[in-house]
Amino acid sequence: MKEPAVEIKDLSISIGGARILEAVSFSVDEREYLSIIGPNGAGKTTILKCLMRIYPNWTGTVKVAGIPIDAMSQKELAGRISYVPQSEGRSVPFTVGEMVVMGRYPHLSPFTSIKPVDREAVEQALEMTGTSGIAERRFNTLSGGEKQMVLIASALAQGAGIMLLDEPTTFLDPKHEEDIQRVLATVNRTLGITILNVTHDINSAALNGDRVVILKNGRVIYDGDSESIITNELLEGVYDRRFMIHRHPRTGQPVIAPDIIEP
Amino acid sequence: MKNRKAFILILLGVFTVVVLVMSPFWGTEHVPFGSVLKAGGEDARANIFWKFRVPRVVASFCAGAALAISGMAFQAMFRNPLATPFTLGVSAGAAFGATLYIQVGVLFSVLGIPGKTLSAFAWAMISVMIVYGLTRTRRGFTTATMLVAGVAVNFFFSSFIMFIQYLSDFTSSFRVVRWLMGGFEIVGFDPVIRFIPFVAIGSATIFMLTNELNLLTIGDDLALSRGVRIIRVKAIIFIVTSLMVGSAVSIFGPIGFIGMMAPHICRLFIGPNHRHLAPATFLFGGAFLVLCDTFARTIISPAEIPVGVITAILGGPFFLWLLMRGSSEKSVIS
Repeated sequence: MKEPAVEIKDLSISIGGARILEAVSFSVDEREYLSIIGPNGAGKTTILKCLMRIYPNWTGTVKVAGIPIDAMSQKELAGRISYVPQSEGRSVPFTVGEMVVMGRYPHLSPFTSIKPVDREAVEQALEMTGTSGIAERRFNTLSGGEKQMVLIASALAQGAGIMLLDEPTTFLDPKHEEDIQRVLATVNRTLGITILNVTHDINSAALNGDRVVILKNGRVIYDGDSESIITNELLEGVYDRRFMIHRHPRTGQPVIAPDIIEP
Repeated sequence: MKNRKAFILILLGVFTVVVLVMSPFWGTEHVPFGSVLKAGGEDARANIFWKFRVPRVVASFCAGAALAISGMAFQAMFRNPLATPFTLGVSAGAAFGATLYIQVGVLFSVLGIPGKTLSAFAWAMISVMIVYGLTRTRRGFTTATMLVAGVAVNFFFSSFIMFIQYLSDFTSSFRVVRWLMGGFEIVGFDPVIRFIPFVAIGSATIFMLTNELNLLTIGDDLALSRGVRIIRVKAIIFIVTSLMVGSAVSIFGPIGFIGMMAPHICRLFIGPNHRHLAPATFLFGGAFLVLCDTFARTIISPAEIPVGVITAILGGPFFLWLLMRGSSEKSVIS
């Protein structure tokens, strides 16, 4: 039997005395597109940071391709998982090209300059994300959407089989949001990269991707098909409110309609 | 783009060589070019040239390069152009260590490294740990937190130095005061030869960490996710910068602001990528301090002013400029 790409078992962590994750278990198959949703403070970002060992003091088991990540060096881990953090508030003076080259870090040695294989990976990443045209621009002069795309390009250049994303579309306008979703779909389908996407967009989690894990108060309360999450039985338990549900005009899938707020 | 940076580096190299060759000829006593080549003679001018000026130029170059490259590493690690060993109190810690050693008067050395340098190194490490610890206690520390921590550490060690001075007699107290102003009034190559290994080891280590410094500039989380063992890398940087700053301070006194000015000026014309920035900062920091020192020993000739006074006069306004600029742009390092 093939090992899952990521296998999380009884993952728990406390930060500053507060229990953030409580015995979280789920696994992600290779080439799967998994969305993680849940209210603010549910522990979604924390899962990604535990996987990346940004938070080191968790308990439980995390295996990547069957190997416990404790047994890997940070570089080995980076060779298997790439991470796209929230881009908000990041102001760095590097050019886009330099940012994407930095994604090759796990493959570089201190003295040799980048090799043709690195150059190729960088070029492919720029091309797939449509950022070739801004390669010479400085990161801190870019718009929010462009910054996010560059962070994805940099993670892509890393060449890992699994990509973690932390709310990649949260601060973006609909056009850039769609661009990002399209890139993620391409990355997932054509490159076969496994995706773990933390998001607040319930509709997007339902429509884009194969599976959804819902977290609340540090526990997994749903793990299953992305299509079947749009029910008030489930969502009311998650967000403590009811949603207006209707049908998507093209596919007929259930989606959430925005509410009209009356004072 | 790449060629432009290579060109700037070559230009900087030529500039450095010119500065290094020209500076020893400059001074109160005119030394004609021909006289220095008469080796082995009792020529007074050749003596001044080889015994005083050349060691002094080499020493100030090494100190400038070491302080500049340490400043650059700190700026990347703290993600702030105002973070340098001097502003964060590491120099003050090293100065305290050296003063303490002088006053306690227990002479020792380990593996040929003088106790004064070891003591300066140890206290530099302690002050780094204090500042870094303080900035880590609150998540997402600000420039203000960091600078206040640096100011506090500076005050703390300065008070201890004053206390030690108060207890000591007048002549040694004056010596400490003069040494605290920083200067390269050395005779012969001995101090330089003691200093060079620290600079060589420290700078070589930083040159090997340019990829890591780039990623640390973006953020610890991103650096980790790219495979940088940040705790290890930071520990290495703390150790080698403390070595360089500690040895420089123990021999030449705390010379301020080079670590802040040199990397920042270099960043303006060669960009933030440490692969180019590190060699540029090394060369420019060295050449810059040689120029400052040449200025210091010629401006009111035949007397001299301490070179630390010159760098502080230049560095103070520069610091304020960076502070104003930083608050308006809200950028980390640019």
